[in-house]
Amino acid sequence: MFPHASGIFTMAALAAALAFPATVTAEGAGEGEVNLYSARQENLIKPLLDDFTRDTGIQVNLLTGKADELLQRLRLEGRNSPADVLITVDAGNLHQAKEAGVLAAIESQVLNENIPESFRDPEGQWYGLSMRARPILYNKAEVDPSELSTYEALTEAQWKGRICIRSSSNIYNQSMVASIIASEGAEAAQDWANGIVSNMARPPQGGDRDQIRAAAAGVCDIAIANTYYLGAMLAGDDTAQREAAEQMGVFFPNQEDRGTHVNISGAGVTAHAPNRDNGIRLVEYLTGEDAQRWYAEVNQEYPVRPDVPASEILSGFGDFKADDLNLSLLGVHNAEAVRIMDRAGWR
Amino acid sequence: MTEHPHQSARHAAEVVLDDVDVGYSGQRVVHAISLTLASGQIGCFLGPSGCGKTTLLRAIAGFEGVMRGEIRLNDHTVSRPGFLLAPEKRNVGMVFQDFALFPHLDVTGNIAFGIRGWKRAEREHRVRELLRLIGLSGYERAYPHALSGGQQQRIALARALAPRPQLLLLDEPFSSMDVELRTDLAHEVRGILRAEGTTGMLVTHDQNEAFAFADRIAVLNAGRLCQWDTAYNLYHKPADRFVAGFVGEGTIVSGRVCAEDCVETALGRIHGLLPGHFTEGSGVDVLVRPDDIELDNASGDIPAEVVSKAFRGADFLYTLRLRDGTELLCVAPSHDNYVVSDHVRLRLGFSHLVVFPRGKGGSEAS
Amino acid sequence: MEHTVTSKARRSRTPGLFPRGRPGAWPIVSGLVALVLALPVLVIFAHVFLPAGDVWVHLRQTLLGEYVRNSLLLLFGVGVGVLVIGIPVAWLVSVCEFPGRRIFQWALMLPLAMPAYIIAYTYTGMLDFTGPVQALIRDITGLGYGQYWFPEIRSLTGAMLMLTLVLYPYVYLLTRAAFLEQSVCVLEVSRTLGSGPYSGFLRVALPLARPAVIAGLTLALMEVLADYGTVAYFGIATFTTGIFRTWYGLADPGAAAQLAAVLLSFVFILILLERWSRMRARFHHTSSRYSTLPRYQLRGWKAAAAVAACLIPVLLGFLVPAAQLTIWALRTTEQWLNPDFAGLVLNTFYLAALAAVIAVILALVLAYARRMEGGLITGLAVRVAGMGYAVPGTVIAIGVMLPFAWFDNTLDGFMRMHFGISTGLLLSGTLAALLFAYAVRFLAVSLQTVEAGLGKIKPSMDDAARSLGMRPLATLTRVHLPIMRGTLLTALLLVFVDVLKELPATLILRPFDFNTLAVRAFELAGDERLAESSSAALAIVLVGLLPVILISLTIERSRPGQTQRARARKRRTDDAPLALPAGAQAS
Repeated sequence: MFPHASGIFTMAALAAALAFPATVTAEGAGEGEVNLYSARQENLIKPLLDDFTRDTGIQVNLLTGKADELLQRLRLEGRNSPADVLITVDAGNLHQAKEAGVLAAIESQVLNENIPESFRDPEGQWYGLSMRARPILYNKAEVDPSELSTYEALTEAQWKGRICIRSSSNIYNQSMVASIIASEGAEAAQDWANGIVSNMARPPQGGDRDQIRAAAAGVCDIAIANTYYLGAMLAGDDTAQREAAEQMGVFFPNQEDRGTHVNISGAGVTAHAPNRDNGIRLVEYLTGEDAQRWYAEVNQEYPVRPDVPASEILSGFGDFKADDLNLSLLGVHNAEAVRIMDRAGWR
Repeated sequence: MTEHPHQSARHAAEVVLDDVDVGYSGQRVVHAISLTLASGQIGCFLGPSGCGKTTLLRAIAGFEGVMRGEIRLNDHTVSRPGFLLAPEKRNVGMVFQDFALFPHLDVTGNIAFGIRGWKRAEREHRVRELLRLIGLSGYERAYPHALSGGQQQRIALARALAPRPQLLLLDEPFSSMDVELRTDLAHEVRGILRAEGTTGMLVTHDQNEAFAFADRIAVLNAGRLCQWDTAYNLYHKPADRFVAGFVGEGTIVSGRVCAEDCVETALGRIHGLLPGHFTEGSGVDVLVRPDDIELDNASGDIPAEVVSKAFRGADFLYTLRLRDGTELLCVAPSHDNYVVSDHVRLRLGFSHLVVFPRGKGGSEAS
Repeated sequence: MEHTVTSKARRSRTPGLFPRGRPGAWPIVSGLVALVLALPVLVIFAHVFLPAGDVWVHLRQTLLGEYVRNSLLLLFGVGVGVLVIGIPVAWLVSVCEFPGRRIFQWALMLPLAMPAYIIAYTYTGMLDFTGPVQALIRDITGLGYGQYWFPEIRSLTGAMLMLTLVLYPYVYLLTRAAFLEQSVCVLEVSRTLGSGPYSGFLRVALPLARPAVIAGLTLALMEVLADYGTVAYFGIATFTTGIFRTWYGLADPGAAAQLAAVLLSFVFILILLERWSRMRARFHHTSSRYSTLPRYQLRGWKAAAAVAACLIPVLLGFLVPAAQLTIWALRTTEQWLNPDFAGLVLNTFYLAALAAVIAVILALVLAYARRMEGGLITGLAVRVAGMGYAVPGTVIAIGVMLPFAWFDNTLDGFMRMHFGISTGLLLSGTLAALLFAYAVRFLAVSLQTVEAGLGKIKPSMDDAARSLGMRPLATLTRVHLPIMRGTLLTALLLVFVDVLKELPATLILRPFDFNTLAVRAFELAGDERLAESSSAALAIVLVGLLPVILISLTIERSRPGQTQRARARKRRTDDAPLALPAGAQAS
């Protein structure tokens, strides 16, 4: 690879020379730019960002990652952070970002008009972009929907060995338990977690799609999973996945009381945003009609704007009453939720 | 052999060790060594393993610092406590016990390693010259692993000599050679050193090698210098009991001083000049070398019995027992062939006496 | 005469704070390098002193036992697995001759290019209850769930198997190198003493190769401890998943760091074990004579068994998952048939190559300084930095971010206060920070390899070069580096492939708009789009392939006495009589 020893030092010099120009991109605070930290994956947001650049001429610099880690980075970078906007896919994370003081309150007529109050922070630090529900999915061949009623009812003995749900390490489950803590109290949440664990068909493993496929294949009868996963499986071109999804019915529980657990993805402008105005424009853009329609059609999520219809597939799941819990509470009770699931032996 | 007087005059170092202590991690390995090796001479550190001879050599090379005293090369101090001239700055060559040839370089690359700063033509000339000197012309492109041990040894020597060092150090360079080859190689290397006009210093535990190689020999024991002298003096005038035992063969016989020039022993009265002052009647040990005794059945007057014998080609080495049980070594021409338990008669042939005050035990010399 | 000061020669083994005499430049430089590299691990350690609340009580009551048990079982299982696969195949391809041996000797390294989480995703996709294999079984037999037995892939055993399949090449690679380096004399002696191939292997070759085996095992086990992707996907609670859960889920960095400290103590034991075995290695390789090892020709069922033994790991660890990835990739051409993808591949390649070069240079500086000095501080700092390999990438990333952000913000604050200018983030969020994290994370890999290589060079080589007028740096470049060519290439390859696969630190530390294949593969796989992620995963494997093959060939050639030229010379000189030099006799 290198003919003689001095080669390695030449390479070192080259390495140094090449490593440092790259720092320029991270500066990224010039005119006509906006820097985005996104917990939403690149392929689920890049097309929208490209549209934004095309429409506004503002260049978007994107850094994707896990919400916790992006938040950690944002916190450590402090007032010098290049980030203008933070996007997460869970309200709990938005709440944590707010608590950490890395978000700024913004006043935007557009946002206030576009987003219903329940989907935005009362102080204007974060705004919901899309919504997803976590209903009960059932194998249509095995379960009559009339047997289903609430999340709590899933802890009854008749469901023993019939439920598939993913690991408690996943934020969706943590938020779900947090929502039960918020509305029913910690004790009820503990009972629920214990009941679910004792009714599990197998130790938690895999992601939401895996639960759906397992239920379709007969490992269990009930899967708890987010709506967009089922939607994406139905809309996707993978035949096996589509066939599995088609075997499943959607049941929105707790319609008589608090409503079905929902969660949002959302965005906030950072406290030290170097391109604050561009940041606000980006968030506004993401709540615009086109962007919301894109979420609905491509990501199979529910738009937060009431005036934008859900996709055909999602509409097919039916209307439902969503839990109108203040979503900040999901973040407040997150650690408690993890402990409850630990105690329940929910892996 | 062409002489290079101008080079030897300019290059050969005078080596001075002045009250030197060397050690590792606070542990002193050699103590208070003082000696001077004249420019162009060849010296040797001789001693049993663990005596500190290699440590001393490494200190001269600059691989170890000194804890006391100083080392001077041609009046330049190269080592003293807190100061150590780096080995690469000393212009001192070294041949290692394992040769340490660079496996990734061919013979030419190895020899030219230390002279890469020279002009190309000079460098090539020097390599050719050295290869001729060591008798390996034609091996320029061979790699070390393809050479025999003796060949590798000579390449290592040529490599060390290439930069014309003012001093060449050799760390047991012959230890991996056949016994018969060692002395020959020592002679040969000595010839090469002479030809190069370099001061040399060898480390060995083999006295034959030392005798064949060195002008002066330092006998070391347990980190101390016992004697720094010519081979002849080491043999005939050993400074202490250790040197007497380590250099050459012999037996210690206890005795009593009976006059200024006479010691009474189991062999009878031995006459000769006593080194130093011994009071009459004091107990002493006398070193009896095998060649101090003649086997002479005709005119010998001391009866003895053959205990064992070893054939050494030109002569036999006999071990003999006197009446009182004292055992002696004796060399006799191989045409006088006695067998074990034969009774023989001895005659004394001392030319001078080696006598030590009576020690704790009459240690048997090897 | 120019006077310079060098410090104590390497011969003294007892380390001191400052070796006798004034220290030269090497220990200072290497000490600083080592300390800077140890910084992230030290930062994490410092978190241990944060108040941990009652999280420990909670953990002890709930998951701690499981963390310990699963981590230890995983270590044990993978440890046994990599030895059982790695050593025999290394012996077979080094010492025996059987059909396909030449291909196997590099093919056996292929799983190295397969990230553990990718192989886990792939096998799950195939062997899961809903996957094609079980679906076929159900179609044929008409049985349903629970009516037939099929091994559960997403289990502790499954995780052991997955990790074993991708980690055994560490043992294979290092052990094979050790076998190839063994002096033929030792093996021949064993044959003259009546040892057949098997007892020769057990009684001579294996004990001699032990330090290499342990070095490979240590690397593999450290990877096991650091693995997050596989165990998280399989839903197995280990220390690694526990650290994440505690840090983020329970929002308690203190307790998380304390968990990490427990993890590091596992590593420390591993390292001590490895050190201890390396110590004894000094007595090895006494002979410097090598020649081509005569291979045992295997025939009949023995040859078939050898082929099977080598084929199975390659098949399961590479061919099957690669085939599955290829099938998926062909289904999703839009993923790789776009100009972005080529850029992504280049980006990744460039990053991995750069990181590999840096890690190897740093390892050289540290290893060489230790060879010369053995200073206590350097030694300790090197050990601490080396632990980075067993720490999950995210944790290391936090350890990198903390001091870098502190430095940037402090400097910025200072400049703002005194000069009214903002320097912003100089290091944070740059490629330099990412490369630094790689250096910390993979130092253990490069250092172990380089130290092992350096250790094989006799100290008299250094002395010889020094006595011929070479300064230490020149000695390094003109003697050690050329001799260690194979070793250096191995170190480069290992780090290169590791960076290629690295995910967590890349994810959190990378600059804007900077993606690697691993990031792309993970984002898609993490979103449960295995098929879409396959192109990136396959590209990782393919980019990793090239150096794997290259290095393997070089290692074989680097064996002493194996160069073409040397072989030709050998024939000429071996039989030459030992002529006494004419010139010498004249004196």
